[in-house]
Amino acid sequence: MIDPKELKYTKDHEWIRYEGDEAYIGISDFAQSELGDLVFVNLPEIDDEVVAGEAFGDVESVKAVSDVLSPVTGVVVEINEELLDDASLINNDPYGAWFIKVGSITAEDELLSAEDYDKFIEEEA
Amino acid sequence: MGTFIPNTKEEQLKMLNEIGYKDFDDLFKVIPEEAKVKGELNLPEGMSEIEVDRKVQGLADKNVIFRSIFRGAGAYNHYVPSAVDAIANKEEFLTAYTPYQAEISQGILQSIFEYQTMIAEITGLDIANASLYDGASAAAEACWMCKDRRHSTIYVSGAIDERVLTVINTYSFGRGSKVVVIPAKDGVTDKDALKAALADDPAASCFLMQYPNFFGVIEDADELCKITQDAGAKFIMYVNPLSLGVLKNPGEIGADIAVGEGQPLGLGLEFGGPYLGFLATKQENMRQIPGRLIGETVDTRGDRGFVLTIQAREQHIRREKASSNVCSNEAWCALRAGIYLSTIGPKGFEQVGTLCSSKAHYMAAELDKIGMKLCFEGEFWNEFATTCPDADKLLAALEEKGILGGLPFKCCGCDDSGCDCILWCCTELNTKEDIDEVIAIAKEVF
Amino acid sequence: MKLIFEKSIPGRGQDIFPACDVPEVLPKAELRKAKVHLPEISENEMGRHYTALAKRAHGVNDGFYPLGSCTMKHNPRINEKMANLPGFAKLHPLQPASTVQGANELIADLEKMLCEITGMDGVTFQPAAGAHGEFTGLLLIKAYHHDRGDDERCEILVPDAAHGTNPASATMAGYKSVTIKSNENGTVDLEDLKAHLGPKTAGLMLTNPNTVGLFDPNIMEITRLVHEAGGLCYYDGANLNAVIGIVRPADIGFDVIHMNLHKTFSTPHGGGGPGSGPCAFKDFLAPFAPGLVCRDGKYVRAEKSIGNMTGFYGNFLVMVKAYTYLLTIGKDVHTLAENAVLNANYMQEKLKDLYPIAFDTTCMHEFVIGLDPIYRKTHVSALDVAKALLDYGIHPPTIYFPLIVHEALMIEPTETETKETLDEAIQAFREIYDRIFNAPESVQQAPQTTPVLRLDDTKAAREPHLRFTFE
Repeated sequence: MIDPKELKYTKDHEWIRYEGDEAYIGISDFAQSELGDLVFVNLPEIDDEVVAGEAFGDVESVKAVSDVLSPVTGVVVEINEELLDDASLINNDPYGAWFIKVGSITAEDELLSAEDYDKFIEEEA
Repeated sequence: MGTFIPNTKEEQLKMLNEIGYKDFDDLFKVIPEEAKVKGELNLPEGMSEIEVDRKVQGLADKNVIFRSIFRGAGAYNHYVPSAVDAIANKEEFLTAYTPYQAEISQGILQSIFEYQTMIAEITGLDIANASLYDGASAAAEACWMCKDRRHSTIYVSGAIDERVLTVINTYSFGRGSKVVVIPAKDGVTDKDALKAALADDPAASCFLMQYPNFFGVIEDADELCKITQDAGAKFIMYVNPLSLGVLKNPGEIGADIAVGEGQPLGLGLEFGGPYLGFLATKQENMRQIPGRLIGETVDTRGDRGFVLTIQAREQHIRREKASSNVCSNEAWCALRAGIYLSTIGPKGFEQVGTLCSSKAHYMAAELDKIGMKLCFEGEFWNEFATTCPDADKLLAALEEKGILGGLPFKCCGCDDSGCDCILWCCTELNTKEDIDEVIAIAKEVF
Repeated sequence: MKLIFEKSIPGRGQDIFPACDVPEVLPKAELRKAKVHLPEISENEMGRHYTALAKRAHGVNDGFYPLGSCTMKHNPRINEKMANLPGFAKLHPLQPASTVQGANELIADLEKMLCEITGMDGVTFQPAAGAHGEFTGLLLIKAYHHDRGDDERCEILVPDAAHGTNPASATMAGYKSVTIKSNENGTVDLEDLKAHLGPKTAGLMLTNPNTVGLFDPNIMEITRLVHEAGGLCYYDGANLNAVIGIVRPADIGFDVIHMNLHKTFSTPHGGGGPGSGPCAFKDFLAPFAPGLVCRDGKYVRAEKSIGNMTGFYGNFLVMVKAYTYLLTIGKDVHTLAENAVLNANYMQEKLKDLYPIAFDTTCMHEFVIGLDPIYRKTHVSALDVAKALLDYGIHPPTIYFPLIVHEALMIEPTETETKETLDEAIQAFREIYDRIFNAPESVQQAPQTTPVLRLDDTKAAREPHLRFTFE
């Protein structure tokens, strides 16, 4: 899969898509393929604060659990409840399966363009 | 001298040499000298099987086996059908580890899946786990299940078994949760006190009550459930599983979680263990369940099979964030419970509940006739508390005849302050003759 | 195979209970109206059902069981016989102390032996399993610091190779677990340890030999450093079988330890339990011990006891089995460690030309293969190798643990296996190695001879069916 150009990425394999002052956050195609079949996600609650570079939730595969880090500091305004019922959406459509929408953003982690992110994962491998 | 090591000294030496070591000292030189034991341990000489048998049998013989038992209070003398021992002692069940490799562990996995189903059925709840250590520790785990970011205070009825309360308190010392005991009044939870306490505490996470309670009384669980859930807390019932043969079950009452001591389900008295903690709950609490869960799936041919599942809750994956640290559980005891419930079936389940109740009511009526009055008015199932003019004297007289009388406990709080009380228990194993004998001895004593 | 519920026919069943010999009375309370589905089945059919299940299980008695970290040694029959004696099995836990003198003597005797083996001063038998013992030990540590008014100590140091129960137990005890790195030799990185020690350190939890099967050469230094920082040292006794009779945890600086009676002390694991995880401690922790202990015919509680871990005295019948075992072995306990370590090294040596050993040095009772290099070349994983072993009638090793080794296979043969059994297993491993390169799909598609083939774990977790559903 080619990572969408309109998104920004973190070195921890999350993506972020701004919509006005708010942003949707998810995990990259590379991340979902490394994690394998996902079976569950733990998400924060609306109004929770998230901090750039810190975990806001996690994803579970059959035999592992991995934190999902927030690329920004802000407040959760929406969560994707569909994922709570069906984590396979993340495997099937990682860039459609957003986890949370964050508002009141005050800080941002180092973000990569799609091109730089692709380069980064190539180097990693 | 006894050993289970197959290789002879000569074989060992040969193996050592083959892989490049002179002897055992050479093999163990990776351990720093200063860390090693100097000389021999102060342990007895090993023994042959016959000597061991004699020695341990000698210790067993020093214990008293009562031929007639009227004591419960957390450990119950029920009949264990012959099939339970015969089947459970098959070495394939006894000597297996946790079923990590599903393909060669279907027997263990299926037996636990069947057990989970039976526990869900008898409690009337959706799902059950694969077992916990015992009733008391299961109760502590259940309380922890209810904790979330906004709700942490644990409320417990003062009419529960003190041993269960102690374990809840001990676990809470670790986890830093507050435990509040709602006092018992006339042998039951003080409902008004519960209502008031919960109303004042937005952080209330759960209320745990015992059913029937420690004094044997069947509390108004419907009302306690309503009070608890109306306050936004979860309702946990600590139940005697065999009572559910006749009593309204946690599912019918609307409880969030049912836990309890599974010992009555095909386990002996065993001086307190190994017993069996069971835990059942509603589907919505699935991810908060501590311990193992067995689930159904299919193999590559599409055939049904069973696996350990939803493991990402557990310690070996989630480590410090796990729902509990439980790893080993009581799988073999759960197997026994499954065989027990399969043996007695739905008919026997109701029958044993009725027998226990009938015997207890007969005994209570007979004790009443000789002046040992019920301490509490509430309805009971197989345990009940009575007054007694002199508990020590009566129990000693019973013991002399090979009878374990009820459990003496501190004054029930009746007007006659300082009275002796006894908590009696009847099971299907107490015949009318046995009961009459107790009454006769009591008449002689007083 | 059918579930027992699918073999149930209404009206069938077994007669266990007699007619009621007193008037039938039910409580005047709300009674059950809901139907309870339990099997209705004859004894013969039920017996066959469970026999079929037994045939689909694999115990130590069925074949080699080198499941790393689990010490699946032989479970002597005499242990079972002794635990089933009515003089133990029929005791009510609340019988008067005067009527259970033999049981209490056994417990006291077992305590004495375990103290000698560990070098500790006291033992509580309340914990029902290893993880429960860890939790108990950490509560003792917490109570100790708390008693001294030293509540600042909120961290437990845990090496990255530790069992998952260690950090999980730390959380249950209200501690934050701090991970200590392993060095390139697979043991504790002293510099990383030093960097994390301080006034917040409540203690260190350590398995030694550790989960890669290595005895930490710096062990004396490690415990000294922790003590200097004011922390206590907890010994995870899961691997005690490797050093029993050779090293005593107390002598190398540990303050508290749990033992797994179902590992080192030969009691069977029952398909997941019951175990028993007695916790031994030094004298200064005795005032905090949980449970009641029988002293001079009276049950007493330690003055500052943390409370109770289980309802009564722990898993007593498991204690009877372990006691029986120790009476049999006696002062020769070191021979257990010797042969366990020999067997592990023998297998390691005979496999290391083919399989990459994670840390190639003299191991203790177990060793770890890191299959990662082979996996990268062939896409045959540790899981595949494990499944292939099933077709040889061998229970696979522990896989994907410890986490610090990629594609780990952790092999613990135990001392009760013969050289012939080891040679057969070595042969199986070597054949599988051959197949990895010559017929990788045959390994990836294993097993082929088991009652079911590979099971879909993802489906089980995504669509949880945790019980049979009745129509």
